[in-house]
Amino acid sequence: MDWTLIWVLGTFGLYIGIALWARAGSTNDFYVAGHGVHPVVNGMATAADWMSAASFLSMAGLIAGMGYGGSVYLMGWTGGYVLLALLLAPFLREFGKFTVPDFVGDRYYSGTARIVAVICALFVSFTYIAGQMSGVGIAFSRFLGVDFNTGIFFGMGIVFVYAVLGGMKGVTYTQVAQYVVLIFAYTVPAIFISLMLTNNPVPQLGFIGNLKGDDVSMLQKLDETVKGLGFESYLSSSKTNFDIFCITAALMFGTAGLPHVIIRFFTVPNAADARLSAGWALVFIAILYTVAPAVGAFARHNIIESVNETTYVPAAEYAEGSQLVSEAGETPSPAWFANWETTGLVAFDDKNGDGQMQIRGPAAPDGLENEVTVNNDIYVLANPEIAQLPEWVIGLVVAGGLAAALSTAAGLLMVISSAVSHDLCRRTFFKGMTDKTELRVARAAAAAAVIAAGFMGIYSADLAFVAQVVAFAFGLAAASLFPVILLGIFWKRMNREGAIASMLTGLIPTFAYIWHFKLGAGKAATAEDWFLGVSPEGIGFVVMILSILVGVAVSLATKPPPQDIQDLVEDIRIPGTRRSHGIADSGMAPVD
Amino acid sequence: MADAPESPDQSPDRKGYWPEVIRLTLTLLALWFLVSFGAGILFREFLDQFHIGGAPLGFWFAQNGSIYVFVALIFYYCAAMNRLEKKYRIEG
Repeated sequence: MDWTLIWVLGTFGLYIGIALWARAGSTNDFYVAGHGVHPVVNGMATAADWMSAASFLSMAGLIAGMGYGGSVYLMGWTGGYVLLALLLAPFLREFGKFTVPDFVGDRYYSGTARIVAVICALFVSFTYIAGQMSGVGIAFSRFLGVDFNTGIFFGMGIVFVYAVLGGMKGVTYTQVAQYVVLIFAYTVPAIFISLMLTNNPVPQLGFIGNLKGDDVSMLQKLDETVKGLGFESYLSSSKTNFDIFCITAALMFGTAGLPHVIIRFFTVPNAADARLSAGWALVFIAILYTVAPAVGAFARHNIIESVNETTYVPAAEYAEGSQLVSEAGETPSPAWFANWETTGLVAFDDKNGDGQMQIRGPAAPDGLENEVTVNNDIYVLANPEIAQLPEWVIGLVVAGGLAAALSTAAGLLMVISSAVSHDLCRRTFFKGMTDKTELRVARAAAAAAVIAAGFMGIYSADLAFVAQVVAFAFGLAAASLFPVILLGIFWKRMNREGAIASMLTGLIPTFAYIWHFKLGAGKAATAEDWFLGVSPEGIGFVVMILSILVGVAVSLATKPPPQDIQDLVEDIRIPGTRRSHGIADSGMAPVD
Repeated sequence: MADAPESPDQSPDRKGYWPEVIRLTLTLLALWFLVSFGAGILFREFLDQFHIGGAPLGFWFAQNGSIYVFVALIFYYCAAMNRLEKKYRIEG
């Protein structure tokens, strides 16, 4: 545990050091890091911004449990970057303002459209950030013996320093450091596990290789093992293809529509850098996302091999206990299981009273019940121990999880605070505000947002919608934000009326559907009750199509946008030609 | 050459540029769709009869292959856009 403390304090010290160095001097610094971030650096910051505690700790376990079904996350959370690079990022950068509601409000010459966009951005970001803060609390309480709430206060304190002092500038450079910490912590244990199981140091190659000393492939062997124990096949899924399609699409379009991801591309110098930066972001993300399915498959194999049918030895007397079991000619349960049992992440319930640990699926051929439960996070956390790596690596993994949670939280905080200080105060209620006042308000809003996020983390267990972040955040971003931004760039004829109708069509049905089936009266419903058989995670895609159709229909039925707006759209399509256009830019001039 | 008066041939050709951008974008999006929704979902069962190393091909596209192609698509797009901007004398 000492190593964990050293890593956590060391990395936190680094983040504060960076914060003191990268202070913001103007709103331009505070919202978009002065437009001066190198595309590769921004790619790295985007990767850390994007990969949350859930990507880092839980995704490999999720894929391990779902097999092929877990592919929705892998494709969904990477494919969105292609959409960002080709359809949104360079054009929004050329537009040259600070926030997503800036674009919606100015392109659609409407304060109402701006406010609807603010509501979408705030809801999506608050849902997302509560999970990050509670992740910080859990990491502290499990590994450093600190109380859950105290852990959140620690996390809040750290984010407070760099988000309030440095704004986007501070956040950018701490995210770069956080990326380095998290990717190192993720790949080092993966390389060793891959070597141990397949003799190949590259996890992506080990994934498609054979197990050491075996002539069947690792995946085939794993598939046979899990089927033999009564689990679903590793190589297919019980979900319909249509549902898998919709979930993947909702995650992709949602990724492209998430405000905290979009604003990262406002920090680079120009449109060409914005598209290049999306490419680098995906490179840095792909390093983790192509390793994750390998980690999941290796760990699933490992856990079954090392735990199933062994004799249970309690943690309290592990040393003598395991020796006695070995002397009796049986296999004792592994040491890592005993170690992690104390954290509650793995548990054994001897249902048939034979002292042996049985792992079984729902359709076990021998009719036995499953006795071993494993938390999704254990696949990443216990990896170093399973691979028999030194103790300092375990501490590094905890620091990596914290880096993932804090970097995402900081990106979300920038969206929340700029929505208040810029979109609501400067652009809506106090239009005459000077830059200096706005900067002061922005810092205050960031401070208030940190505190609000901390409290949401503390009460996250009582806020039922927080656990449904995947459905809510991505579904709403896909259905309400993505269509108006896309049409705003690629269809000049799209007008104010169409935009408002489209956003509301995206927002209301998506919210209602997810609420009904995840939290409301339809909680117990089965797939047959779903609309067209689409799960709540995938509904965002279906509603997105509807939202585009409504936006187009309403625009065509009402009068075209003013000439200024059409000229603006012409300009943002062609890099380097952006001029100021009356009605579109009267509230705020574009910054170069 | 630096002082040469601006002739019509040297000004940015905005009319020619945009349709080419759209064509490029649609082509790359077709590939994006094909490797993920196509190979990884709709044609997975068919592709799973082939293997890459020890992994069924459709499954591999869904968990690894599509991601590599996504990265390649974005970098190709950047290079192609830079070429287009040069061709139409647009300076980003």
